[in-house]
Amino acid sequence: MLTYTIRRLLFSIPTLLFISLIIFLLLELAPGDPMAQVPLTVPPEVKQKMREALGLGEPLHVRYVKWLIQFFWVEPQVFVDWLTRDTWLFGWLPDTAFSEGKLRVISWQTRSPVMDIVIQRIPQTLWVVGLAYVVGILIALPIGIYSAYRQYSVFDQAGTFVTMIGFSIPPFFTGPLLIVVFAVGLGWFPSIYDTTHVVRDWASFKIQLQQMIMPVMVLALQTTAQISRFMRSSMLDNLNQDYVRTARAKGLKESVVVMVHVLRNSMIPVVTVIALGIPSIFGGAIITENVFKVNGVGQLLLTALFANDLPMVQTLTFIFALLIVVFNLIADILYGLLDPRIRYD
Amino acid sequence: MTDQSATPKSFEPVPTAPPRSQWADVWRQFRRHKGALFGGGFLLFITLAVLIGPYLWTVDPQKLNIRFKDIRPIYTALWDGDAKVNWAHPLGSDNLGRDILANLLSGGRASMAVGWAAMVISVVIGTVIGVVAGFFKRLDGLFMRFTDLVLSLPILPLLLVAVTLFRQPLRKNFGPETGMFILIVAIIGITSWMQTARIVRGEVLALKEREFVLAARSIGTKPFKIITRHLLPNVLSPIMVSATLGLATAIITESALSFLGVGFPSDFPTWGKLLSDAVPRMEEFPERVVLPGLMISLTVLSVNYIGDGLRDALDPRIRGR
Repeated sequence: MLTYTIRRLLFSIPTLLFISLIIFLLLELAPGDPMAQVPLTVPPEVKQKMREALGLGEPLHVRYVKWLIQFFWVEPQVFVDWLTRDTWLFGWLPDTAFSEGKLRVISWQTRSPVMDIVIQRIPQTLWVVGLAYVVGILIALPIGIYSAYRQYSVFDQAGTFVTMIGFSIPPFFTGPLLIVVFAVGLGWFPSIYDTTHVVRDWASFKIQLQQMIMPVMVLALQTTAQISRFMRSSMLDNLNQDYVRTARAKGLKESVVVMVHVLRNSMIPVVTVIALGIPSIFGGAIITENVFKVNGVGQLLLTALFANDLPMVQTLTFIFALLIVVFNLIADILYGLLDPRIRYD
Repeated sequence: MTDQSATPKSFEPVPTAPPRSQWADVWRQFRRHKGALFGGGFLLFITLAVLIGPYLWTVDPQKLNIRFKDIRPIYTALWDGDAKVNWAHPLGSDNLGRDILANLLSGGRASMAVGWAAMVISVVIGTVIGVVAGFFKRLDGLFMRFTDLVLSLPILPLLLVAVTLFRQPLRKNFGPETGMFILIVAIIGITSWMQTARIVRGEVLALKEREFVLAARSIGTKPFKIITRHLLPNVLSPIMVSATLGLATAIITESALSFLGVGFPSDFPTWGKLLSDAVPRMEEFPERVVLPGLMISLTVLSVNYIGDGLRDALDPRIRGR
């Protein structure tokens, strides 16, 4: 297991390098010019100077390596500095100041480090999208279990239909639909997610809850559809196994058979699917964030794209890819740990 | 037993019906899946509607008519007697007086065209890569590592990046509509072949160890001929299932891109574009969001049901039951 993990970790390094190269080349091939917005009265030599100030003067490979160094070497140093300076956990250590005077990945829009902006945006995304994921799982698991236990029953048919709908109705339709019904028609929830809202007391907590319900519902529908389907088929695979018959034959209660014996075995693939879905929390919620005006990471990517802010786009896209690679690795390892029949070596 | 004339008095029941072909069997099983049948019917209806509809409903979808703007659909008159309705615009008109029915029809044409074209591209790429990786052992590792790599790319962000960045040159070369069409179809196609490739590779790996492939090889059949003659017909069913899934995702992805404002231009409506154009005024005119949204959802739902039915119908282990 350990050797497998190490091998996978080593293999993920070229993977990540390749992905970063693809993203870099894609952005490089693109014809967008960051100087397009500069007035025509600015003379070309000044424009050239401005281009060099943005770091565009160097040849391709130099810029790529510089970006790699900034992302993989300077940013972790900044993180360590922050740990030793501002946190209570490591604050007692002397300030390391590794990143003193080093250039970080700078956004062209705001002229501030990209990672600082990303860290500002992450809580919003995590709150809305992460909560939606948790809610979706909590709804999906019981549905999956019960519809497998009562296969072809009315509940199962209804569950199948609802998951089909969850697969088929895109979030950019459910979002406006919910807004029309609940925000405009009934007036229960606000249609726009207010990220500046601070929770101080019960009343403000209720407002926070109200504004979170709709985006969470939209995203949870998708998660529920996927995971309940998976849970159902995994339960169905296990319910016909011999060990279930044995458990029943030795007189165990039905609830113990289903909820302990079958469920524990069926959860193995489901857990890995849940782990595989986590990166999509960050990347896949771009549409929902756009519908409800949540200024999270997805919205950041969208605005950066429209503003031709290439360092921001590149870093964000790479972070999404990094998350996918990391959680693929975690899912594979979890699968090996949870299921003793799986041997990677 | 195969020689009928030699055993005329055997107690074998004489087959009354003519032998059924495999596809007749598939069709029989497919018919038993209610959802799939409804899905197929609806998809056929939608396809015919967007193909023939513009010839029957000849209103120009781009025609502005400022006197007949913001007309509600005819059915709103059922509960709201004062609503501004007009039989000339059965589904109403938008804020510039463009007819919504005509827009839905031509938008459907665009959406379906994008969906089918992107699906075909992704299925072709996926099949080629899957067959080659499964059949030629030497290329297997390379191709599958590549597939894994592409699978770990964040697709939606990359789609957004590619579409925003390459929009201008393609528009310049092919005109706004064709350029956008080529771009979106190509991009969706080359980012969604991975599942097909994996499934096809798995099937080919199992099939190429079977006796009939060995027999074909032993009489000197060339690899290309083995693939086209013996392997491809046998992997047709997983390809068809993943093709339906591909069609559904392609339609949704195109609509999502249009919704985020990086898809087709406004004067070339697709369902996603109609939906996103209607969102700012959905409080007064919810039907403009609901109608295109319903079209997308119903089409995708019916395609998904067809995929479900096909999966059952093409699986010979399920078919007999």
